[in-house]
Order: sequence, then C-alpha cells, then structure tokens
Amino acid sequence: MSARGKAGTTREDKRARTLVTPEGLALPITIAPRASRAGALIIDVMIIVFGLVVFRLLMSWIAQGLLAGTMLDPDQLSGGALEFLGIVYVLIVFATWYGYFLVQELGPRGATLGKRMVGIRIAARGQARLTPEAVIARNLLRDIEIFYPLITLLILTVAAQTGEPVGALGWVLAGWFLLFLLFPFFNRDALRAGDVVAGTWVVERPRTKLASVLSVQGAVAAEGASEVTGARYQFGDAELSIYGERELQTLERMLRDAPDEALHAVHATICRKIGWDPGAGDERAFLEAFYGQLRAKLEADLRFGKRKADKFS
Amino acid sequence: MKAPIISSWFGRGQVEASPDIESATLRSDRFRLEREGDWKRLEAILVRMEKGGLRRIADDDLIALPALYRTAASSLSVARETSLDAATLSYLEGLVQRAWFQVYGPRQGFLRWLRSFIFGGWSRAVRELWLDICIALFVMVAGTVVGWLLVAQDESWYYRLYPGRMGDPRQPGASREELLQVIGHDEGAAGLAGFAAQLFSNNSGVCILAFALGFAFGIPSLMLLVHNTAMLGALLWLYDGQGLIVDLAGWLSVHGTTELFGILLSGAAGLHIGRAMAFPGKLPVLGSAAAAGRRSAVVMVGVVIMMIVAALLEAFPRQLVTDTGSRFVIGGSMLVFWLAYFILYRPAPQAGDAA
Repeated sequence: MSARGKAGTTREDKRARTLVTPEGLALPITIAPRASRAGALIIDVMIIVFGLVVFRLLMSWIAQGLLAGTMLDPDQLSGGALEFLGIVYVLIVFATWYGYFLVQELGPRGATLGKRMVGIRIAARGQARLTPEAVIARNLLRDIEIFYPLITLLILTVAAQTGEPVGALGWVLAGWFLLFLLFPFFNRDALRAGDVVAGTWVVERPRTKLASVLSVQGAVAAEGASEVTGARYQFGDAELSIYGERELQTLERMLRDAPDEALHAVHATICRKIGWDPGAGDERAFLEAFYGQLRAKLEADLRFGKRKADKFS
Repeated sequence: MKAPIISSWFGRGQVEASPDIESATLRSDRFRLEREGDWKRLEAILVRMEKGGLRRIADDDLIALPALYRTAASSLSVARETSLDAATLSYLEGLVQRAWFQVYGPRQGFLRWLRSFIFGGWSRAVRELWLDICIALFVMVAGTVVGWLLVAQDESWYYRLYPGRMGDPRQPGASREELLQVIGHDEGAAGLAGFAAQLFSNNSGVCILAFALGFAFGIPSLMLLVHNTAMLGALLWLYDGQGLIVDLAGWLSVHGTTELFGILLSGAAGLHIGRAMAFPGKLPVLGSAAAAGRRSAVVMVGVVIMMIVAALLEAFPRQLVTDTGSRFVIGGSMLVFWLAYFILYRPAPQAGDAA
C-alpha cells in the first residue's frame, strides 16, 4: 500500500506547480491530467453534436410544417422560407462551434461544461491575467489540431473506398493528426499547440471544503480524557518526539475519514512504536488524544522555528 | 459544497455557527476559528461569482472582496508557519486560488471585449502585424504572377490549379459568351442568401486554416496563400485571353477586395506566429509564441467579420449589380473603407482595455 501511495505522490508531484500571486504568496496548483482533458473535450463535442442534431430535427420539423402548409405541393413552397431556415442553420452551427468554447471559457469559471464536469479550468501561464485574446487563440487552434485532419481523413477514407486514388495524402494527414494529438505528451506542462500559442494551461479546480475543527471534539478537546472509559491519556516528551508532521497529517486524515477498523490498526502500530501496551475498545479516544498532544508539541516547536518533517528526520 | 450554496441564499455573513473559540484546545485551531467567518463569507461570494458573474452580488460584498481575498492570503501565510492542520491548509490554498482567479481573472466578458475590439482593438492589432502583412502581400502578388505565367506557358497547368468540375465553362478554349455568362447575373435574388451563408462558412474555414497552419513556422500559411492566388492568376489569364479581364476584375472586386484582404490578414496572422516561433528574439520561445498568438487571434476575429461582409457582398451586390463600373465602385469603396479603418482609425486605448 505504501508503494502505491508513493507512486501516487510522485505522479502528483510531477503535476504540481507553484503560482506566485501579486502579493508574493506561493500557491500550489496542479496541472490537469491529460486523461481528464480528453474526457472534457469528448463531453463538450458530444454536447455540441447532440444539441445540433436536436436543432436539425427541429428545423426539419418546421420545414415539414411549411410543406404541409402548402398542401404538400412543393411548387407552391415559398423559397424564401426554406432558404431562411438554411441560413439560420448554417449560422447557428458556426456560432455554436466557436461560441460554445469562447463564451464559457471567458466566463468566471474559465471552463466549458465538460471541463466543469471533470473539475478542471483554463488559466494563463505564469502570473498573467487570462485575456479574451488568449481564449480565442487557443480555441481557433483546436480545429487545426484535431477536427480538420479528422474530417479530411474521414473524407479520404470514403474516397478510398469508392476507388479513388488517394496517394500519400492520407499518411501525411494521419501524421499531422498524431503530431498534434501527442503534442501534450512531449512537454512537461501537458500543453497542446493551442495552449502554446495562447499562453494558457489547464489546471485542476480546487474543491476543498472546510473540514471541522478537530480540537473541539472528542478526546482532543477533553485534554486526553476518553468519553467511553473516562481514562486519561497523557503522553510524555519521549513518546511525542517519535513522529513528525507527515505522520501527524496522515493521522489527521484517518481521524476525519477512516472507518473504525482502520483506526484499530493505526492504534496498534502507534502503541507498538511508543512502547505502550495496546488495549482495545477505546481506539478513537486514544488516537484523538495522541493527535492533539502531538500536534500541540509540533506546533509549539514550529513557533520556535523547529520543524520535524517526518519520523526519519 | 452544500453549505456555502445554502448560506449564499441568506446573504452575507450568515454562515453556520462555528464552535466556540474558547473550546478549542489548540492555539492554531483558535487562530482558525477566529478567522473562518471571513473565509466562509469569501467562499460564499466566490460561489456566487462563479455561478452568475457580478450581477447577483451585493455592492458591499463586491467592495469587501479584495480585502477578504487579502485576509485569506495572509491567513494562509500565517497558517503555513504556525498550523499543522492539513485540512485547513489545503482549504485555504484552494480558497485563495479560487479568489485569485476571480480577483485577477478576465476583466471583461465576451460582449465588452467585442465592443473594445471594434472600437480600436482590431485596427491596432492589424497595425502591429504590418511586417507580416507586407510579406503576405508580396507572396500573394507573387502567387498570382506565378499562376498566370505557369498557365501562359503550358495550358495543362490550368487544370491542375483549377480542377474543373463538370459543366464549369471556365476552361481554356471557352468562348467569350460562356465566360461572360459566368460573371453575369443570376435569375433574381432567389437562393442568394443561402449561397452567402455557405460562402461565409467555407471562406472563414479557409482563413482559420491559414492562421492555424502558421504554427508550423508559417510556411504552410504561405503555401496556402500561393495556392489560392495562383488559382486567381490562372483565372485572370483565362479571361485575358478573351479580352475580358476588366470585366472579371470588376466581378471579383465586389467581394474580392474584402475577401482577399481577409485572406491576406489571416495569412499574415499565421506568419506572425510562425515568425515569432522561429525567431523569438530575447523572449523564450513559448513566451514569444504566446504573445504573437494573442495579437494574431485579435486579427483573426476581425477576419471572420470580414468574411461575413465578403459573403454578403458576394451573394447580393455581385449577383445583382451587373454593370462593371458600379462593381468597381462597390469594391473600391470597400477597399478604401478597410484601409481607412486599419490605418487612419486610431482611438486612444481606453483604460481597462485588454493590453
């Protein structure tokens, strides 16, 4: 489990970047994984295509209504009305294709619907402000990266099946398509060509809720006294100087989220480490008391400039 | 996520009651409890801003936003030095980051940007690309000449440049009447609007292609320009053979001054990016590409607008006005308009314009 955890953290570390605000505060941000960006794009394209198909059906329904209005005689059909429908359709397709991404990414969330679903957003690289120009540039390039080669390849495939000579063009296009598709894999920040040109990157959107205060509940608040047994856990300096900040924060996560069975194992491990005899039945109170006193000690040291990163330091 | 949404319904400051500060045994938790009211108020404002922009936010919340942002930022830097509560730290990091995106986020929505774009931003961006425009113009003129010369030397080039569709009379050996008929007028206005919409969608696609291809150091953009103008040169040669070149020029000029100008600009925009990547100067390549990309993206939005105008001109006046003189007047005045707009129109940049 620890090996898996370690692999996970290194992968996280690889995507971690630091953003310095104008106030000089360093904020950690995380580059969005390539998989979730691909997922977001697929969701967005599906939304657009589905919307346009529905719109198309609506239009043909209106056109049928027009035809019915002329007693099903096509000669009587007013050309203007059908033509108007055609224009509206072409313009709507164009506006949807470009407007969908532009308007949403310029909004306060900096993300399209698909990006919001997978929890990512776009941001300007470095400390710059995201500008409309950047959003436009990155979205215009998406066409050349993916959709033009894809559509041309489809047309070529159809042409090849009907027996027309296609030549090397298919391979050139496939290479072009692959070049841009794999572009994010060949740079550290997972930038696609549009990101390079626009000066943007895609980052994860933080979604942390404010968790409850641990030191007002349970044995942390009661200064080590257990509500279940009434026993009072007091740890000495030697016992508290074994663990460091990393273990403290792991324990904090366990206390907040972990089920009781997991706490039993932690309880046994800590007791063995500090040389106590593990009892049973009062694990949570023990751990809470230990957490509270360890944190009080480490934070007191912190105020004097002493940090203990983990149990090895 | 529930708590801030619900609390946002009850106005500012009305967040759920925090535990008593004195009950916390740890000093860092007392620090947190003293300040978390501000944090939660900031979060509630942020949630509302992310949802619906600035309209739904009370004025005093908006005024408080920068101060709340700085409070949270300073809380974070203090907490990093005094608190070992991982949950609070990661909450604060997320909160400050979200606030940063809002406080320093895009200042304008799309519509406000569009307004500043039309009144000054567009022509400024075009002027910034002057060198690329000169290069692209040279390439286009050269492409036209090359197309003409190629076809003049060997007629078979015409079919390569202009793969004729069946029934298209514009082929070498066509009679004067056939050629004239193409550039004459259609039977009335029926179908023209649909034609215009198709043209627009098609032409702006070509322009966006020319722009985006600039990514490969600008060379494909130039090749696209040469190819398109060589077709033009071949067409000019064909009509010149029958002494119709003035009529053809008039027919083309109605929309061509706008359309060719748009193609010129998109080729120049692509070239601008390519040039910035090939010769980044003092900037790092990525920074240079990003700066060039933003400048030329502005030009590209303008090109799409020009394509709308060109398609309208192509569909209506070109097909309805048959007199060569009037066609030249329309095309020439469009050219004068664009040149005046790009070169002479120089309003002072307003404060708050995207730089």
